[in-house]
Amino acid sequence: MNLLDPLIQGILLGGLYALFAAGLSLMFGVMRIVNLAYGDFAVLAAYGTLIVVNAALISPLAALLIVAPAMAVLGYILQRTILQRTLGLSPLPSLLVTFGLSIIIQNLLLMFGSADQKRLSLGGVDTASITLPFDIRVGVFPLFIFLLAIVILSILSWVTAKTQYGRLVRAVSDDPATVDLQGVNPKQIYALATAIAFGLVAIAGLAAGVQTSFNPTSGSMLLIFAFEAVIIGGLGSLWGTLGGAMILGVAQTVGAAFAPAQQILAGHLVFLLFLAFLPNGLTRRKVRA
Amino acid sequence: MSASVAQVLVEQRTHFVRRWTRTSIIGSSSFLVVAALLAVLPFMVNLSLVYSMIDLFILVILAMTWNMLAGYGGMVSVGQQAYIGIGAYSMVVLADSLGLNIFAAIALSAVVCGVIAIPISFLVFRLVGGYFAVGTWVVAEVVRLLVVQFPQIGGGAGISFSAMSDLSRDWRIATSYWIGLGATVIVVAACVLLIRSRAGLALTAVRDDMTAASTSGVMVTAVKRLVFVFAGAGAGIAGALIAVSTMRVQPDSVFSVQWSAFMIFIVVVGGVGTLEGPIIGVLVFWFLKQLLADYGPLYLILLGVIGIVFVLFVRGGIWGLISRKGRIELFPVGYNFSKKL
Repeated sequence: MNLLDPLIQGILLGGLYALFAAGLSLMFGVMRIVNLAYGDFAVLAAYGTLIVVNAALISPLAALLIVAPAMAVLGYILQRTILQRTLGLSPLPSLLVTFGLSIIIQNLLLMFGSADQKRLSLGGVDTASITLPFDIRVGVFPLFIFLLAIVILSILSWVTAKTQYGRLVRAVSDDPATVDLQGVNPKQIYALATAIAFGLVAIAGLAAGVQTSFNPTSGSMLLIFAFEAVIIGGLGSLWGTLGGAMILGVAQTVGAAFAPAQQILAGHLVFLLFLAFLPNGLTRRKVRA
Repeated sequence: MSASVAQVLVEQRTHFVRRWTRTSIIGSSSFLVVAALLAVLPFMVNLSLVYSMIDLFILVILAMTWNMLAGYGGMVSVGQQAYIGIGAYSMVVLADSLGLNIFAAIALSAVVCGVIAIPISFLVFRLVGGYFAVGTWVVAEVVRLLVVQFPQIGGGAGISFSAMSDLSRDWRIATSYWIGLGATVIVVAACVLLIRSRAGLALTAVRDDMTAASTSGVMVTAVKRLVFVFAGAGAGIAGALIAVSTMRVQPDSVFSVQWSAFMIFIVVVGGVGTLEGPIIGVLVFWFLKQLLADYGPLYLILLGVIGIVFVLFVRGGIWGLISRKGRIELFPVGYNFSKKL
């Protein structure tokens, strides 16, 4: 059996998962909350793109110029109005609220859309592929998404490491009260981080909508994949997350090469192996929760 | 060690310590009276109401045990459907395939779920907070994906539960109802006894302040594991009851994450981390369901909105509004220190 082909497809699929995981780990890194509605917001963005595409007859990429900022604004407002009230020592309120949001979004989409699978199309690009040596065909779009993920992760790590906003984010993550004393409002930092995460989730939602199909409830699976990538990679490390996403992608595609129906189970099992034997992930850094 | 003021006062016989308060005497006895009244309900009302009451019992069991996990133990699981499914399938295998008595099969289903929860706890306890939540969800997905691999138990299509199909329809519904009522009384009593016990005291300490509990010598992880296993067994009983009442086990339905959504809603609305809260929450949930279930998605959206409003603005839930900061309790779980008359 030729494993080189699923290996490469899996690495590229990892790019998509890394794109998802980046926003999730950004929100956790800054506010210590896990947004259980994260995948549903991606699906919401994909539906939003579909509506804009159908209404304005433009390509999904052009629609993203409207949808991504709209999602970022939504994230900002959501953080200031609802999520901010759930922050505290206990993770319980934020989990309960985001789980509630997840149910609301899924059922709103069911009410106004339909339960069937949808897909975004970029015309010829979705199916175009280039042929590498050893007769391996690589889809142009997955390759583009993989490169995009690397670019976005680079920008994110540059922003957190070098810019003033990044320094504030790290400071708030360590000690919000002290940052407040220095005259910077932590709520503003939180809301901006959420806005960035929501902008990212719009991009990820579009990518997932082109690469695979989606329906109102497919957000749960996206959340789970992003979560698995973060844990395999190790909490608090962006490049670890990319590594984790690639391992998850490879586990799924190689698993599918052996047993076509077991793609998702194979990914879950590799995740559980990591949890059992490498609980701190690839980067082996301990991060307080 | 020097005696505390309270100890001295008790020794001087001017004060005394008691578990039973006026409200908990009234509360616990009315609980028993209600249970006794419910037991004769199938002879008095329409069978369709009786049938929908079985749902209520299943929800009480799920909410009570999820509340032990999340409300007391601080472990927000969105993966209890793993044990609901395992419990339902165990019921089919034990009662149908192995021909066990139904009561023994329910008890054994709970044991199976509790035993399976032990190794799972070692995996998911490596995650905390929100990641613990998603971790339990992944485990539930893995269990579902593994279960549907076996055509012997129906694969993806599900399997019928036929141990009670000899009974006539009316008797079957009534019997399922009594089994559900009995199981509910046992689970509620088990929760009360657990909270009254030494482990429950440790658990209450963990609920209030994990660090302080840990420095006072509470073995936090051991207590949490106990509760995790307890909640797994409870969800298993609920799963077994689902098999009994619906006579069919379908993987997509028993392993649905919607169960977790319902448990969370019930506990949040009733009152997180109290014994009385989940029972009140179930009543609210059940009445909303009778009123609005026909509206499908709109009903679920409404549940989500109500749940969020409660988390944001009424964090103690309905019971928190009634109980006057714990001064009223319907079950005798605390100690009460008062002066002799």
